[in-house]
Amino acid sequence: MISRSRKLFLWTVRCLMGLAVAVTGGITLFIVFYVLAQGLPNITWELLSTSPSYLSDRIGILPDILNTVYIIIATLVIVLPLGVGAAVYLTEYATNRRIVSVIEYAAEALSGIPSIIYGLVGMLMFSNNIGTSLMAGALTLVIMNLPTIMRNTQESLKTVPQSYREGAFGLGAGKWRVIRTVVLPNCVDGIVTGCILSVGRILGESAALLFTAGFAHMANGFFEGLGSAGATLTVALYIYAKEQGEFEVAFAIASILMILAMLINLSATLVTKKFQRRKK
Amino acid sequence: MNSIITAQDLCLWYGQSQALKNINIQIPERSITALIGPSGCGKSTFLKTLNRMNDLINGVRITGTVEYNGTDIFSQDVNQLRKEVGMVFQKPNPFPMSIYDNVAYGPRTHGIRNKAQLDEIVERSLRDAAIWDEVKDRLKKNALGLSGGQQQRLCIARALAVQPKVLLMDEPTSALDPISTLKIEELATNLKETYTIVIVTHNMQQALRISDRTAFFLLGELVEYGDTEQIFSQPADKRTEDYVTGRFG
Ligand SMILES: Nc1ncnc2c1ncn2[C@@H]1O[C@H](COP(=O)(O)OP(=O)(O)O)[C@@H](O)[C@H]1O
Ligand SMILES: [Mg+2]
Repeated sequence: MISRSRKLFLWTVRCLMGLAVAVTGGITLFIVFYVLAQGLPNITWELLSTSPSYLSDRIGILPDILNTVYIIIATLVIVLPLGVGAAVYLTEYATNRRIVSVIEYAAEALSGIPSIIYGLVGMLMFSNNIGTSLMAGALTLVIMNLPTIMRNTQESLKTVPQSYREGAFGLGAGKWRVIRTVVLPNCVDGIVTGCILSVGRILGESAALLFTAGFAHMANGFFEGLGSAGATLTVALYIYAKEQGEFEVAFAIASILMILAMLINLSATLVTKKFQRRKK
Repeated sequence: MNSIITAQDLCLWYGQSQALKNINIQIPERSITALIGPSGCGKSTFLKTLNRMNDLINGVRITGTVEYNGTDIFSQDVNQLRKEVGMVFQKPNPFPMSIYDNVAYGPRTHGIRNKAQLDEIVERSLRDAAIWDEVKDRLKKNALGLSGGQQQRLCIARALAVQPKVLLMDEPTSALDPISTLKIEELATNLKETYTIVIVTHNMQQALRISDRTAFFLLGELVEYGDTEQIFSQPADKRTEDYVTGRFG
């Protein structure tokens, strides 16, 4: 028999836990629905497909969409070889365990630094040299995302069975061939997961880019765009809401970002599941 | 018979602990040599020394000499050595790629790109490994879909595809069912027409059934080495006798 006071205690605990769940879920749902309700009605084809113009008093976010795409591409193109290369070196080649663990620790610490600090450093290192531009922003994002790509790749490299490596070495394959044909293809999942996480982070980044990439809303081609200052969607959201009081546009952008973020989370989950199934 | 592998005063240490002590052995060409002995006596270590798979382990120190075809294995190109001295592992370890790509992996590694030539090598190797009929209709399928016994024969085919002279097998049947085991034993017996086989086995019957020569290891030492029949029927060393009659180990 459980005593009455014990029963009361358990009941209270259950109620409190239920309340916590309700509050957490409720707040999340409220934000999602509030933003979507405010934003979705304001998403029009014109908004998505034009540039802002003072002459016709029109706001369009095409340049911001393009800037976002450009900066994601530029960042990934630079960070992937660096991050994967570093991971392969640390896991497969480096022999000094102490140096490896120092670098791993540094990467871990790097990913905890507030992004505004990356912005400050990026401004001094990149913007002051090549000018405030998407490229300067992308380089800053490269530093921010390098640990993510590196660590995800490393973790994945460690899960590749040693027996695959032995099998390949046993056939007379050299180290680089073993890595290229047997090891790397088996850690595509980690690399893809790292990329997806990075894209999510780039989409959501504002502080670091305010410092380095600027605020312009000009629709450019890829290379021209990288050389010019430009706002990504998130930065544009900040500018429209904070500087120009254009809340309809801000909420429209917010809805788009939120939907993208959900899609990214979903794809990260799907990728993980798909590869897990294959590894079994 | 000519000996293809000769070890002299071979010692090996993992860090501080010595795993092989003054091994002297001559392995004859086109024959099956069985390595027997209780767990941890250094059979795998010795086998892995022959194609320098030990290079992959940190802290291994080796003294003495091992010659393959009259040349010191430690002063020749390791990838070339492993092409000539192939290995089949205890646990089947096909790559997670198609059956075809598994077998073609070695030849491609050594520079063969021609499709017709690869096709020919893949078929011949799979036939030699007695698995062609079972897989010929599914060469493009993932090798991990095969049964354990088939995977092991695929690994043998994969090793044969680089046309080695020697095949090292480390308890290749210990993870397999009796029927698959029998197939691999039959296969080994056929392969010795062309190849030299060194096989580690825990199974005395297996050593007796397939091997020409038997080497008995104990605590890192080669206690006795001779014709299989003699080792099993009239061993010279008391320890060998105790082991092969099942009195210990
Ligand atoms: N990678 C290694 N590092 C350290 N010691 C090892 C390693 N591999 C094997 N050993 C040791 O070397 C000895 C011989 O092992 P092994 O050659 O695997 O024996 P067997 O194959 O006859 O069972 C054992 O004592 C084992 O613990
Ligand atoms: Mg062993």
